[in-house]
Amino acid sequence: MNQKQNILNKYESWGRFPRSEPREVVNLFWRNEIPDLNQFSSSVLAYAYGKSYGDSCQNDGGILLDTKGLSRLISWDRKKGIIRCESGVTLAEILDFAVPQGWFLASTPGTKYISVGGALANDVHGKNHHKNGTFGCHVIKFELIRSNGERLICSEDENYELFCATIGGLGLTGLITWVEFKLQPCPSSFFAIESIKFDSLEEFFEINEESEVFDYTVSWVDTTATGSKLGRGIYNRGNHANPKLYKLPDLPKPKQIPLPIEAPFINSCTVNVFNMLYYNKQMNKVEKQIVHYDPFFYPLDAVVGWNRAYGKNGFIQYQFVVPFERGKETIQKILRKVSDSGMSSFLTVLKTFGYVKSPGMLSFPRPGITMAVDFRYDGQQVLDKLKELDVLVREAGGVIYPAKDSRMSSDDFQRFYPNWKEFSEFIDPKFSSSFWRRVTKS
Amino acid sequence: MDMKKIMIVGAASAIAKEVAILFAKEGASLYLVDINQGRLEAVEGDILARYDTKIKLDVLNVLDFERHEPVFKRAIEALNGLDAVLIAHGTLANQEETQQDIEKIIREFNINCVSVITLASLAANYFEKKKEGLIAVISSVAGDRGRMSNYIYGSAKGGVTTFLQGLRNRMAHSNVTVITIKPGMVDTPMTAHLPKSPLFSKPKDIGKIIYKAMLSKKDVVYAPGYWRLIMWVVVHIPEFIFKKLKM
Ligand SMILES: Cc1cc2nc3c(=O)[nH]c(=O)nc-3n(C[C@H](O)[C@H](O)[C@H](O)COP(=O)(O)OP(=O)(O)OC[C@H]3O[C@@H](n4cnc5c(N)ncnc54)[C@H](O)[C@@H]3O)c2cc1C
Ligand SMILES: NC(=O)c1ccc[n+]([C@@H]2O[C@H](COP(=O)([O-])OP(=O)(O)OC[C@H]3O[C@@H](n4cnc5c(N)ncnc54)[C@H](OP(=O)(O)O)[C@@H]3O)[C@@H](O)[C@H]2O)c1
Repeated sequence: MNQKQNILNKYESWGRFPRSEPREVVNLFWRNEIPDLNQFSSSVLAYAYGKSYGDSCQNDGGILLDTKGLSRLISWDRKKGIIRCESGVTLAEILDFAVPQGWFLASTPGTKYISVGGALANDVHGKNHHKNGTFGCHVIKFELIRSNGERLICSEDENYELFCATIGGLGLTGLITWVEFKLQPCPSSFFAIESIKFDSLEEFFEINEESEVFDYTVSWVDTTATGSKLGRGIYNRGNHANPKLYKLPDLPKPKQIPLPIEAPFINSCTVNVFNMLYYNKQMNKVEKQIVHYDPFFYPLDAVVGWNRAYGKNGFIQYQFVVPFERGKETIQKILRKVSDSGMSSFLTVLKTFGYVKSPGMLSFPRPGITMAVDFRYDGQQVLDKLKELDVLVREAGGVIYPAKDSRMSSDDFQRFYPNWKEFSEFIDPKFSSSFWRRVTKS
Repeated sequence: MDMKKIMIVGAASAIAKEVAILFAKEGASLYLVDINQGRLEAVEGDILARYDTKIKLDVLNVLDFERHEPVFKRAIEALNGLDAVLIAHGTLANQEETQQDIEKIIREFNINCVSVITLASLAANYFEKKKEGLIAVISSVAGDRGRMSNYIYGSAKGGVTTFLQGLRNRMAHSNVTVITIKPGMVDTPMTAHLPKSPLFSKPKDIGKIIYKAMLSKKDVVYAPGYWRLIMWVVVHIPEFIFKKLKM
């Protein structure tokens, strides 16, 4: 394999399915020296950390603009908690910088190793969606470079339509060079959390109802449990720990274990064992702890490259949201389908989204209950089974999350996001992605 | 010695920027020199967003040798003296193209070796009079042994390393520290075209090593430290075997 090939191969998506390869990668290092995008013979797409599971960060046969080198801060208002930084800066860097000064991300997904540009383009959500909405709800302004050379400032006051189209716009409206956004005050690096075991979905909903007052909520569900145990899991909820109320431990030393090999560790056997151990690890009904933000928000970041444990064929994450009215019934049906079919999922997450509206035009989060399920990709049969889940999501009036998707049909996409045509008017003619070509082909 | 006034040449380099941030955190004033104003400003903005400190920028193409002294004087004037100088600029040209072109060879040598020697000499003469000061220079493990894949760059760095040995010997008699920094492979714009292996380090980690080496006045540092071992092995391969390898 030659050097160039070797580099191109590294531009995978997190799920590593489907495989795709850019024709060329252009590394960006300086926000004021972005090359003329029209000089390229094929379409372009920004690529940051490739933490999107499916093909929304892929541009098979086209050009990827690697934004990791756009990694500088630009300004910081410590009093107001407003930061402006280049789009390749990671959430991890923001936390390192801001938490000691008493500021936390107003919204963060389950990994901190993503870029600010990626967080904006997928309008990501976190455990506090029911309180704070999405990442895009906290964006004040950003700069967008279009292929005609225009550099546009987008905010509520300027280029507002492009502002809304770019938040959750899947990187298709142009290249974001910097973003200015608001953080929220935090009293410490720690969280006071409670973990509550639940035996059924009914119980999940009961706990969830009384938990809306907590700033952060998320649950893990045991998809290997069947029969009367179906829907059991652990509910996590928490708030920022105020040092005036709690005795805080010392800051932990960051630990990361690399998983450099590609081996199919994750199979139905290990998944069963893991889920059983995870559920039984907690002895009591309720456990209370003070934990650092790393294990609370980013448990998966502790194992670098865990996605490779699915083996060379990769995996698929299936995340959808269904409205509250049909929530319980749909989740129940889906859980049953998943456990009956034996396609057990390593990590299954359940959470409710709230009513805070994002400016994002194509954003995924909306009021309802969301579930994310991981499946190892081992051929057509997974795809067939997921089609059965699609039917249930569709019937319930739900939608699937593009940032995690690698297989939804174009019909489904267009039904889930009926304003996609209106959105297309804002797409930069030079930008495209594997995802977009897939879901818009008729 | 307190390091409160620091001049950095090649300050827009990914590695040097990290060192600058760490010194800014300690409240040091910085005189940042590099070839491109816009890039210097981006780096300045990054530092100032983090820490409120005094920063002056100066644009210099190190190939303009006659401008070395004026820039150096301006730095002394702007910060009202200097405590330390870090020299970090460099280029990694394509070996195969460079070896075919005399002009390119000279250029690479002038950037990576001669200009480093002249700038370090200016700093040395200044600190020698003051009887205190610190000169840190980023050389490279590539200077430890010539290899077919990058021996023009490597020999320029090798020249720097040897020069610094002599300079350290001279300066030791005047209470001036001279540090040779030899990074292994680092993920920066300079190596963007190379496929990355687990041996690559992050500029932030290398910056921290350099910062610590400056505080503790080391002589020679490999960054990270395990490169000392790797290079020990590389250097000890007998020449009659080494010349047959494709390295
Ligand atoms: C372990 C794990 C947990 C996760 N948990 C969550 C979660 O809880 N909630 C959630 O919402 N998501 C979650 N995600 C998904 C992840 O947060 C998103 O996919 C995120 O957008 C990835 O960001 P990235 O920087 O890696 O960007 P990439 O994946 O490289 O790119 C994502 C998109 O952003 C665009 N983009 C990136 N930079 C720019 C730019 N400068 N200008 C224009 N477009 C740009 C790309 O073109 C692409 O469309 C998780 C992912 C992982 C791996
Ligand atoms: N990266 C590695 O693997 C590695 C390994 C060992 C040693 N090093 C050394 O580490 C140092 C820093 O390099 P880096 O990796 O951080 O790369 P970098 O980011 O590319 O930094 C090199 C800097 O030198 C500047 N420069 C180049 N030519 C110049 C000139 N004629 N006049 C003035 N400035 C000039 C560059 O400016 P422009 O970018 O504007 O041209 C750039 O800011 C270099 O000495 C390098 O040789 C690097």
